[in-house]
Amino acid sequence: MKKILIVLLICVVSISSFATIKLAALMPMTGSVAAFGRMIYNGIELANELFPTVNGEEIEVVLLDNKSDKVEAVNTARRAIEVENVVAILGEVISGNTIAGGAVAEESKVPMVSPSSTTPLVTQDKEYVSRVCFSDPFQGLAAAILAYEIMGLDNTAIFIDVEQDYAVGFANYFKQKAEDLGKNYFYEYYKSGDQDFTAQISDAIAKNAGAFFIPGYYQEIALIASQARQLGFYEPILAGDGAAVPETIEIGGDAVNNLYFTTHYDPGAPNTTENAKLFVEKYTEKFGEAPGTFTALGFDTYMVVRDAIERAGSSDPEMIAKAIRETVEFPGATGFITIDENGDAIKSVAIVKIEDGEFVYSTTVNP
Amino acid sequence: MSFNNFIQNLLNGISIGSLYALIAVGYTMVYGILKLINFAHGDVFMMAVYFCFYAVTLFTVPWWLSVIIAVAGAALLGFLIDRVAYKPIRNAPRISALITAIGVSFFLESLAVVLFSGVAKSFRKVFPSFLGEMIIIGGEEQVKYGQNVIVGGTRIPVITIITIITTAAVLLILWRIVYHTKQGMAMRAVSMDIPTTSLMGVNVNNIIGMTFALGSALAGIGGILWAIRYPQLWPYMGFLPGIKAFIAAILGGIGSIFGAVVGGLILGVLEIMIVGFFPSLAGYKDAFAFLILIVVLSVKPSGLMGQKEIKKV
Repeated sequence: MKKILIVLLICVVSISSFATIKLAALMPMTGSVAAFGRMIYNGIELANELFPTVNGEEIEVVLLDNKSDKVEAVNTARRAIEVENVVAILGEVISGNTIAGGAVAEESKVPMVSPSSTTPLVTQDKEYVSRVCFSDPFQGLAAAILAYEIMGLDNTAIFIDVEQDYAVGFANYFKQKAEDLGKNYFYEYYKSGDQDFTAQISDAIAKNAGAFFIPGYYQEIALIASQARQLGFYEPILAGDGAAVPETIEIGGDAVNNLYFTTHYDPGAPNTTENAKLFVEKYTEKFGEAPGTFTALGFDTYMVVRDAIERAGSSDPEMIAKAIRETVEFPGATGFITIDENGDAIKSVAIVKIEDGEFVYSTTVNP
Repeated sequence: MSFNNFIQNLLNGISIGSLYALIAVGYTMVYGILKLINFAHGDVFMMAVYFCFYAVTLFTVPWWLSVIIAVAGAALLGFLIDRVAYKPIRNAPRISALITAIGVSFFLESLAVVLFSGVAKSFRKVFPSFLGEMIIIGGEEQVKYGQNVIVGGTRIPVITIITIITTAAVLLILWRIVYHTKQGMAMRAVSMDIPTTSLMGVNVNNIIGMTFALGSALAGIGGILWAIRYPQLWPYMGFLPGIKAFIAAILGGIGSIFGAVVGGLILGVLEIMIVGFFPSLAGYKDAFAFLILIVVLSVKPSGLMGQKEIKKV
């Protein structure tokens, strides 16, 4: 009797797993960049609720927390592929983790689509790792245009997080454009998790910095901004998409008012696609507030992968990977998404300003 | 570095150093008695900040009461950690206790992730805003972006002054307790020889529990001052300050309370000055703290104020 039951159970389990398509969401749900993971996962969940099936099969999303850690990023990628047997991976979130986890996906030939990793290294020489966001050569250019041309600043202090691939790369592209324009800049360094930046800020003030550019993540951006204001730095502060979470305002308080940053999307920008309207409407209905940048990217990641599975007409990871790179003008929440043969999306950069504790859309820089 | 800048850095260094000192004293007291490095100390520091945060945001108690609640909570937590985790293995080899300490640390961090979520919370608005103000000495008035502001000068955050005064006051009280009360005398006796002290009719476990409670209360005070300065709290916030305080305790000579204070101040000032003098090395600030640890351990393992252990053969 017991044996029959076990056999029956195995049949039920295998049948039920046969009828679903499994995706993994590898997100930092805890740790230093958890705010990104939570927002992105909200977007994925919403997309999954609105579009739960593909090719007549149910889509199941397995959430695995990488704790904002590179080692855990590799572990969760392995678990997703080897234990959960997923056909595609949504994630990782920050560039350093996507580089680490992406190596596993590449080796196992399972497609991985990152919502938000902007460093070029993420997709470089990879066939299975793609992204639905712009990459840093363009974001760095846009940030430099914002600082030097739109705002007319000079002698920028660039604060580099030496531990993050994202920050190092992004700063480098900013610097290149600054040199092209014949403008001045200098570097200050810190490390993820630092709390005290007073020495770097004092040094930057002594060097007469005309602006701060912080291509890092929100925890440090908020702390640098508030310590800078306390130490008497009144010039503009700029950042990248690492600042596009409410935590920047919560932790930074008044100090982040007038902070400008480059980002992927803002609900205040004109909606271009049907999905964008649907996304804003449904999100607002569900959460009672306007969606953020990363939520929209999470939504788009799911939608792009679902679209690729539909076009591939199969749940074979290799065919899905191929279909992802053939995405052309897909109408996503953040605009039309085309993924080129390198796995990069070509998109415009939105510029957002913080005013009285609110994100206010300012303008868009097109490629 | 200009003179102004030097003074600014020195003040920042003393302020962060006195926080290290507060935490390091707790490490050193426990080590002095049990020869145990209590790695959970940094997590008690973190828990205290959460107690304070929730007392204000969830139960809307006034801020001064929340400080008392948080410090009392930290003391109780320290006491419980000793009773639950360390007391049962009091006579086990030292390495077992060390591993237990690491286990307790992981437990508290994970518990905080489950209870308080892994996303950073803002500590702003928990305390009155005057704590975030600055005292500005010198500088000149200018108009920038439509606002009258003072440019240049030396800036002393109000919290820096409060931190230094609080640390001094708390350490004075601690000194009174350790050197001028019966319990303090018992503590010093326990740190010399546990079996003999217990033969003299001292309840050793109670004295050890009290030491944990006192050390944890200091970590709690340090945690709150830390969070006012860096207004962001998350479950792993205690890790690095804990490690730095540990280095400070080693530097000063572990087991010596006065040494821990000196070690904390030296470490705080050195950290800031290294960045001040060599800005390009700022990303490796923490590495310097560990470098200090290695140098001290290889050159003078007993630290600046530590006593050499005399072993009778």
